[in-house]
This record gives sequence, C-alpha cells and structure tokens, in this order.
Amino acid sequence: MKILVCITHVPDTTSRIAFTDGNTKFDKNGIQFIIGPYDDYALARAVELKEQHGGSITAINVGEAETEPTIRKALAIGADEAIRVNAHPEDAIFVAKQIASVAKGGDYDLILMGRESIDFNGGQVHGMVGEILGIPSISPVMKLDIEGNTAKVTREIEGGKEYLEIEMPFIAGCQEPIAEWKIPNMRGIMSARTKPLNVIDPTGDNPMNVVEVFEMPPAKSGVKLVEPDNLEELVKLLKTEAKVI
Amino acid sequence: MSVLVFAELEEGQVKKSSLEAVSYSLALGGEVSVIAFGTMDDSAIAELGKAGATKVLKVTDAKLAENNIMAYSSAVAEAMEKEGADFLVLAKSSLGDPISARVAIKVGAALGSNVVDLPDTSSGFKVKSSIYTGKAYAVSELKGDKKILVLKKNAAEIKEDGGAPAVEEFTPATKDEDFKAKVTSTDKATGDVLLPEADIVVSGGRGLKGPENWGMIEELAKELGAATGCSKPVSDMDWRPHHEHVGQTGIKVSPSLYIAVGISGAIQHLAGVNSSKYILVINKDPEAPFFKAADYGVVGDAFDVVPKLTEAIKAQRS
Repeated sequence: MKILVCITHVPDTTSRIAFTDGNTKFDKNGIQFIIGPYDDYALARAVELKEQHGGSITAINVGEAETEPTIRKALAIGADEAIRVNAHPEDAIFVAKQIASVAKGGDYDLILMGRESIDFNGGQVHGMVGEILGIPSISPVMKLDIEGNTAKVTREIEGGKEYLEIEMPFIAGCQEPIAEWKIPNMRGIMSARTKPLNVIDPTGDNPMNVVEVFEMPPAKSGVKLVEPDNLEELVKLLKTEAKVI
Repeated sequence: MSVLVFAELEEGQVKKSSLEAVSYSLALGGEVSVIAFGTMDDSAIAELGKAGATKVLKVTDAKLAENNIMAYSSAVAEAMEKEGADFLVLAKSSLGDPISARVAIKVGAALGSNVVDLPDTSSGFKVKSSIYTGKAYAVSELKGDKKILVLKKNAAEIKEDGGAPAVEEFTPATKDEDFKAKVTSTDKATGDVLLPEADIVVSGGRGLKGPENWGMIEELAKELGAATGCSKPVSDMDWRPHHEHVGQTGIKVSPSLYIAVGISGAIQHLAGVNSSKYILVINKDPEAPFFKAADYGVVGDAFDVVPKLTEAIKAQRS
C-alpha cells in the first residue's frame, strides 16, 4: 500500500501570535514550529497501517527551506521518503494543486492529512485535492481501518458520528482518536538523516486568496467579578448589559 | 448579481447557521437562491424567505437522502450554473467545508473560510477571516469572478422581514462516480442543541471531578437553551463524548455567551472559545488564567455556584 501523508509546518499550539512589518507578516521570533497536530495523527495512522499491511509512506510539505527540520521529524517518525514543494503555501487552492500534481504521478492508495492546518484553519485542502483527482475525500476522520481494498471510516459530524465504507484510493482529513501521536526514537532520528528528501518546483498555479493585512482581536477590557452569593446581580448583567440571556 | 446558499436541514428545519448564511447573502446584494437536500417543513421554507431567500431549490431525490459530499458538490455546482450565481455562501460545518472545497475546484472560484464579517468592496473584494484558531484575523483579497464564502457562526444577524420565496423541485444530474463513498449508518444525539449552532454554550472541565457531576451543567444548559461542551482532559478521560470537546484540537465555537465551569483556561482551550461575544468563568481558583480572557467571573465553588445560578435565572424569568 502506498500512502501519501501531507504535513503542515505550523506554530506550536501554545504560541502567542504576533505580526510584523505593519501587520503584513507573521512574527516568527521565539516561535517553535511543529508538524500540525492533526497531520501528526495522520502520520501516526499511516505508520500503523504500514505495519499492518506493508507498503511505503511518502511525506509531502509545501514550504520553503525552513520547513525541512519539520519534514525530517516526519521521516524520523516513520515516513520512508519526503517531498518538499519549494514554495510558500499561499492559499488552500495553491497548496491543493501542488499536492494533486505530485499525487497524480504517484499512484497512491491513500492520501492522509490533518482535518485542517492550525494556522488558517480552513479545512479545505483534502476536499480540493479529492476534487482535482476525482476521488472521494472524507473529513474529519476519527477511525480508519482497511481490509483488502475497502476502508471502514468513522467521520465526526455535529452531535455525533457517521460510518462510511469506501474503496481506495481516497483522501482522509484526520483527527483524534485515529491514532496515538508517535514520538521519534533515536534510531528513527538517525535514519531520518539519510532518507531521501526531494525538493521539487511548484506548478505555475496562482493563489486566489491573498492576505493583505493581519489583525489582532480587540483586548478584553477586564473581567467583572461577581460575588458567589450575589448571582442575581450576575443574571442582571447578562440580561441588561451583555443582552445575551 | 446572484448568490446561491447551501442550507443544511436538521429534522426538517433549517439550521440557524444556514439562516445566517441567507441573511449574509442578502446583505451582499442581489438575488438569493437556496439549495437544500432532504425533506423540509413548510415552516422551514417560510423561515428561509424571512431570512432573505427569494427562491428555494428543494432536492428530494431519494438517491441523495444520505449525506453524500461528492454528489452534493456536483449538485451545488450545477445549481450555481443554473441560477447564474457568482457567489456560493454557506456555514462552516462538517458538510459545508468539503462541499465548498470541491465546488471551488469545480467552478474555479476563490474561497474564503472562517469569514466573520461582510466583505469590504471599496477596492477589490476583501474578506476578514478568523485564523490561528481565533487568535487573530486575516483580511484577504479574493481574486476571480466566482467566490465562495464559508461563514463562521455569528457572521451575520438573521433577518426576519423577507417574503415567501418561490419553491422549485430541483433534480440534479447524478453521476455514478459520485457514489463511491457510502454512509452505512449514523449515530447522533437527538434533541440536544448542537454545539456549533448554539447561541449559549455551557462547558465543564476537570474541576467538576467526574462525569456523575454533569447533571448541574445540563440543568443550567437546559434553562438557557444552551449546548453543553467540555475541555480536552474531560473528553480524553471519556467523561463526555469527543464531539463536545471545545478547543484548539476540538470544536471551535463562537456563541454569544460561553460559560466555563471548572476550566482553568489553558491557551489551547481559549483558542476554541475566544471568538465568543461574552465569556463567563466560574472557578474556585482566583488565579485561573481563564479570568483574564473573561468578561464576567465568579470566584467560587462550582458545586455551590452553578445550581444557584440556574435558580437565579429561573427566578428572573418568572
């Protein structure tokens, strides 16, 4: 089984977000970058599927040279080889076209990625890649088991779950509890140094969603504390000041 | 100008987030058509009209009764073409996300996700989106003749002054290759207010000590017509189901009021709730970081405060 796992290179979940250059650029100062937490689930499940069914895992990232340590981490966790499309990931359509272009030549049985990247939270790339390739996309996937050529998939929906059956090839956007995150061991870290990481040029596609400026949410004016024995006052504030109940 | 809205139904009624999408589209200007799959009550059609729809395309084809993302996407693209719509507007959801993505490729549209406000059209077409899980916004230009806007909850107020819409049965051309993924069954809580749809959310954390203590959270939620949520540790320990987990790696909510009970306020939890209009925090630890992100706070024991708060709300109603 050939699996393609798409990896984002994103700020750690505890990062304080700030911008520079007149709010036009993300401030990388002091930020630790990680494999997107949802992509980490996708990669972990890919490693488990390979253990069960054999095959190979290719990790792909659309990013500039700075993302290579993140890609090496994916190799240390268990990807056999990696591809970096040498371009800034401009928007979902741009990224989807890069991934689809690689996938077209690769004959992958399964394409796994996170349900969304944690920087732009669009949750769009899996659907776009699926549409370009003409194959189904399922997200967010909580469980994915393969038997023969058929997969049984559990998808989270509002207020519950949906169970699906689907033949490969298809794309899944993953989330917990599909697998446990894997921490690279020493052997994995050593072998990752010599695994192939191929850098390729992007396709000529243009982004269609171009960020002009970033904004921070307005700061909270400070909490109004109400005594626990004066909850009538709290109800009054919620009703007349906030007008939410 | 013509706008198509993909509306989601829940037990014959239109989801609130879809009504928001209709009123948002009305404010964009132009004619607003709606496409909806499944059986719809007459009152639902009236609601769509009040919110701003002038036309409703009803898809009741039995082949499309179950959620089918590929077939729905093909039908939405076909309806856009049929209505001459340059815009598709829909609410962010487990259906809205994949349909918008596939239709964007099908029709070659630019797409903005997590849109929080009406566009700025003074030069170009600029939308404001929530990014970094609610920690910031991006203002971006959508290029291209066709545009798809995926709205975050509360991006628009639901209007109620529209007239009755024209209703048309729409039978999309279905293709075999759109039926590759089959939904075999669904498992869904009924009767509860859905978390992403709710105007008020009451969430509990580890401070509640165990799943047996959720009764008071549910009672407060019931009194307020609210949905219940929880923090990540609570869902990890299986005290509550995963679809109630609010936060960075769970559901992101933007209700009018978020009530956090016994949740300390880790940055990953705050990321899922920080676009709520108002936040009320109940915690016995005055140093809990959540108070810094809150509008209202009560420092006190949840087991004492929550039942009393429910009573106080009841008393004020009567």
